[in-house]
Amino acid sequence: MATDADVIEVRGLKKSFGPVQALRGVDFSVPEGRVLGLLGPNGAGKTTAVRVLTTLLLPSGGRATVCGYDVARHPGAVRRLIGLAGQATAITPELTGRENLEISGRLYHLGRSVARRRAAELLGRFDLVDAADRQAKTYSGGMLRRLDLAASLIGQPRVLFLDEPTTGLDPRSRLGMWAIIKDLVAQGTTLLLTTQYLDEADELADEVVVVDRGQVIAAGSPDTLKDRVGGDVVEFTVTERRQLEVAVSAVAPLSQGPPSVGSEGLRVQVHAADRGSAVLVDVVRALDAAQVATTGLALRRPSLDDVFLSLTGHGAEEAASDGAGRRRSRPARRGAGPAEAAEPAGPAGVARASGPAGAGTTVTSGTTAASGTTAASGTTGPEEG
Amino acid sequence: MAVSGRSVAPELTVRAPGGASLPGLSTPPLAQRLGWALSDTLVLTKRNLIVWARVPAYIFFTVVQPVMFTLLFRYVFGGAIRVPVPGGYVNYLIPGVIGQTAGFASFSTAIGFARELQRGGIDRIRSMPTARWAFLAGRLIADVLRLLVTVAVMVGVGYAVGFRFSGGAGYAVAMVGLAALFGLAICSVSAFIGLAVKDEESVQAFGLVWVFPLTFVSSAFVPVRAMPSWLQGFANRQPFSEVIDALRILALGHPVQAAVGQSLASATWQSLAWVAGILAVFTPLATRAYKRA
Repeated sequence: MATDADVIEVRGLKKSFGPVQALRGVDFSVPEGRVLGLLGPNGAGKTTAVRVLTTLLLPSGGRATVCGYDVARHPGAVRRLIGLAGQATAITPELTGRENLEISGRLYHLGRSVARRRAAELLGRFDLVDAADRQAKTYSGGMLRRLDLAASLIGQPRVLFLDEPTTGLDPRSRLGMWAIIKDLVAQGTTLLLTTQYLDEADELADEVVVVDRGQVIAAGSPDTLKDRVGGDVVEFTVTERRQLEVAVSAVAPLSQGPPSVGSEGLRVQVHAADRGSAVLVDVVRALDAAQVATTGLALRRPSLDDVFLSLTGHGAEEAASDGAGRRRSRPARRGAGPAEAAEPAGPAGVARASGPAGAGTTVTSGTTAASGTTAASGTTGPEEG
Repeated sequence: MAVSGRSVAPELTVRAPGGASLPGLSTPPLAQRLGWALSDTLVLTKRNLIVWARVPAYIFFTVVQPVMFTLLFRYVFGGAIRVPVPGGYVNYLIPGVIGQTAGFASFSTAIGFARELQRGGIDRIRSMPTARWAFLAGRLIADVLRLLVTVAVMVGVGYAVGFRFSGGAGYAVAMVGLAALFGLAICSVSAFIGLAVKDEESVQAFGLVWVFPLTFVSSAFVPVRAMPSWLQGFANRQPFSEVIDALRILALGHPVQAAVGQSLASATWQSLAWVAGILAVFTPLATRAYKRA
């Protein structure tokens, strides 16, 4: 229940675009200095929620407040307290990094010298000093996101909204953004973050709210959520059926509970809880010692798809909806893939783990996975639609 | 899990977390807000001008293209066009091209807004305490300033190819002022189109469809009475002709009144009425489109 310290409070929030209900009654709250991750696939309603909270859209029903101000009734007050950043769309490419920041500062009604000073500080803090006087169109994706974030911070907002801050970034830039966001949080910024990536929510958020089709389907700490999903899985396929038993008994001591064997009889899954990497190494050693030949050996971390599958029974497959929070009707391609049909066991098919929602969460073990069944079935994943 | 049902709480209480007083708790006084709005407008104007100065294509569009039109009509078509104006076709042409330029200048208004909407950059600014209308005003002012640059360049080129102001300095300044006001009005139409259509390419195509007929089926390049009679009614009454006639009288002085078929006073008032009418219709439309975008 909401307390006085809740900086963001959302109660029964609804938003419709014509006949489409983007939000169907959503509740959550964010206490001061905490990080809430809104987790869900494209079109789940995350961006719509952020747009309502940042006064860009009027709600159709329910109530949302930021620092006690109703976003519909006191948008002016809310705008003085928030910062919005995300996919670097607010950067003017023809302006230099410094100009972008100074202009943002002036538009937050900072004095000229204050805007200049704060822009210089932020350029230093976000490692953009060398590029400060270059036009932003020469920046890399990671630099643009950092500049965008800096621009949203120049007015020293009490509450920060980050809409998919790492979508489309390469893994290294993504880690850089994570470090910056963690740093902000350490300084006490209240943050609402939307993401499609479970590992991102896990890394950054104190509390995760899972949204699907405009509704909250689960809420809790990242650990609670992962517990419901079942943790890391190390899996491999034995090349010859007669080696299956040897393989299973070799890895059984490493698994939390008995290893699962896929219905086709060659794939083995070792349940590794949250010790995936360590168990992966042990599995390799054990299989080597037992002289078992395998094809696709991989560590799979639970992805958004696994969360969805365990919470709702369907995957997070809406990769094609637009970013404005308007959803297309759900395509009827669920369960059609051959990979899924062949894989009734396990929380989600391997194919799903390599889909768009799981991007970056699947850790494959070197080259073996590429030629194995993991990669082969991966191509029939949800990316198809 | 989700609570359904409408519950728009009726109370108007403002609650600060932890009971602390917050910045933004009280609405700033009007004078303060006006000051901010003015400063926001200036900042955004400056931003737009910097962007313009850094994109070669925009400079080409603002400067080179109108010069091209001037030279093209002066030397290629001009010889074939007879006009009842002292000093010959070049004197007839320059005020016409200046009027046309006001129309062309508006392309960049529409394209600029559409591009900003498409990129999503408008969201950030709308989530900031920045004055709502500063975003519109900043672009319109920047576009009118650019138009003035174009007009200055064209008057210069005009002088090089034989054009002369003959109504006196006051009238010349008034001509430039009227061109700027008309440019503002046409840019407000484009602002609405850009904000309503939201797609850069569609906006570009659409701009050609409405600006070209209005600028060419006017008194800009040829006397309206040289057109077929069914076209003359439209050509005589549409705003570009009205304004261009007024520009012409202001540039060339009273002797032209007969040639244009209007007195200075009536042409000027009609032009100003068009400007006021267009602004009165399209700035509210553009503002509404901006809020909804």
